[in-house]
Amino acid sequence: MPDNLRGLLELALAVPEESQDQNKPDTLSAIGRLGKLTVETWAGFLAFLKFTGQTVLSLIRFFTGRARFRSADFWMTLQQCGVQALPIVSLISFLIGLIFAFVGNVQLTHFGANIFVADLVGIAMVREMGVVMTSIIMSGRTGAAFAAHIGSMKANEEIDALRTFGFDPFDFLVLPRLIALVLMMPLLTVYSNVVGIFGGMVVGSFVGIPVQLYWNETIAAVDLTTASLGVFKSVFFGAAIAISGCMMGMKAGNSSAEVGEATTRAVVTAITAVIVLDSAFAVIFTLLDI
Amino acid sequence: MAAKITVHGLTMSYGTLEVMHDLEFEILDKDIFVIMGGSGCGKSTLLRHLVGLMEPTKGSILYGDKDFTATDPADRGPFIRRFGVMYQSGALWSSLTLGENISMPLEEAGIVSAKTVKDLVSYKLSLVGLSGFEDYYPSQISGGMKKRAGLARALALDPDILFLDEPGAGLDPLSSRRLDDLILRLRDSQGCTVVIVTHELASIFGIANTALFLDTATRTQGAVGNPADLRDHSDNPAVRLFLNRGETPAKTS
Ligand SMILES: Nc1ncnc2c1ncn2[C@@H]1O[C@H](COP(=O)(O)OP(=O)(O)OP(=O)(O)O)[C@@H](O)[C@H]1O
Ligand SMILES: [Mg+2]
Repeated sequence: MPDNLRGLLELALAVPEESQDQNKPDTLSAIGRLGKLTVETWAGFLAFLKFTGQTVLSLIRFFTGRARFRSADFWMTLQQCGVQALPIVSLISFLIGLIFAFVGNVQLTHFGANIFVADLVGIAMVREMGVVMTSIIMSGRTGAAFAAHIGSMKANEEIDALRTFGFDPFDFLVLPRLIALVLMMPLLTVYSNVVGIFGGMVVGSFVGIPVQLYWNETIAAVDLTTASLGVFKSVFFGAAIAISGCMMGMKAGNSSAEVGEATTRAVVTAITAVIVLDSAFAVIFTLLDI
Repeated sequence: MAAKITVHGLTMSYGTLEVMHDLEFEILDKDIFVIMGGSGCGKSTLLRHLVGLMEPTKGSILYGDKDFTATDPADRGPFIRRFGVMYQSGALWSSLTLGENISMPLEEAGIVSAKTVKDLVSYKLSLVGLSGFEDYYPSQISGGMKKRAGLARALALDPDILFLDEPGAGLDPLSSRRLDDLILRLRDSQGCTVVIVTHELASIFGIANTALFLDTATRTQGAVGNPADLRDHSDNPAVRLFLNRGETPAKTS
């Protein structure tokens, strides 16, 4: 071996290798992996509940005036998950209204009942589609942003720094984001409903339903109870999205790769939570007959 | 002299990975105490234990005669308020400017007058040679500047105990020297106790009263004592080797 290479090799071998028991590759059978996955999913669910509990405690501290965060953080988040989300919410809601009206119209014309497109779009938007689509958009947009921001703060030891200066990272980071999103979600939902109905109206006018007629039909179909259901749900969905995002950020590891993973997990968790909650609400509302 | 910090039988681990076991040392009041050891031996981890960011697997840490580790993390406010911590990476809050990084703890501590806050911020920044950088964001400054800004933030509340994780790494020899002077000056004028993680032999011999050597091979402390004494008279060859930059030292005792 050439001398210069030998010198390098000697250097490489000078420090003995660490025995790394931790990083053993996964050697589980399919059933083993399934079991592991089940255990992990269950643990994830419990972690979510625990984080929600901590959030409630934090909110209590907030309402008794003991929680502190920067108001600038709150206003910034309010802007990010309010005004800045309007374009994408508009686009998606408009298209959803459009699609519903279009599909509905194709079927309803067979019966000469295409005026009921207005009922279909109105009720669907207001009860389900408006709030669910807004939630999904906000999961991908804001939930991911929360996880990425908090996760990179964690990786950069910024959260430790908060702690050693006596700030409670939970109050400091989670509260402003949670409150901002919970405040904005109902507004976004109402906005989404209106835009969706407008989308339906556009299709309606193309297929020969006059705007005035369409509007009257919508008003008649959508009563206040129906309209408030979606808005009511949006508060819970907003909380679920904020909690998922912040939780994954806070639990992120210490490297930038793990921040990426945390972001993905935040979006998946948020959407799952929204859909599960929505199903639960559907059952409850059916039982209550509203 | 009374011990300011007493570490007793401290074992630290990440999950099942034991980093160091049975650390046993005291840090005296107004001491400049250096923690040294090879890269990855657990110096930062020890610092994280001292400031309460990690809980020991075994053992205890006492401040004065109060048991820090036995105190519930939620009730550690009185301890933590006396700390100033500088992190290895700087750990500046990246969404805030340098000025805001320093003013946030000040405002938290109840200093309301905007003028006082502003004056204090520029004073702390000038201490570390960063006057005029108030409005820069952490992403706009260099690694060494981040360290110094982190130090300025650690100094914000005139801490009683200063924890510095490798303050000299990434600084040029002059800045590094100025930093040593600053640390000495802080100790002499404000009477603070300083715990520093560092590899810089010049700093170690220049300012430290006491040094603790963490030995990677045995996963416990190699020696504790005056650095010059350790260099020349330590029984532990690893310590002498470290303090002599790996040049085979003859034990002179
Ligand atoms: N978050 C973590 N999870 C698991 N192991 C960790 C973690 N952080 C550090 N370690 C391990 O603990 C050991 C000590 O790390 P530490 O950061 O305290 O070293 P250090 O002495 O400060 O090194 P350096 O001088 O390079 O900063 C390392 O071997 C590292 O592998
Ligand atoms: Mg370190």
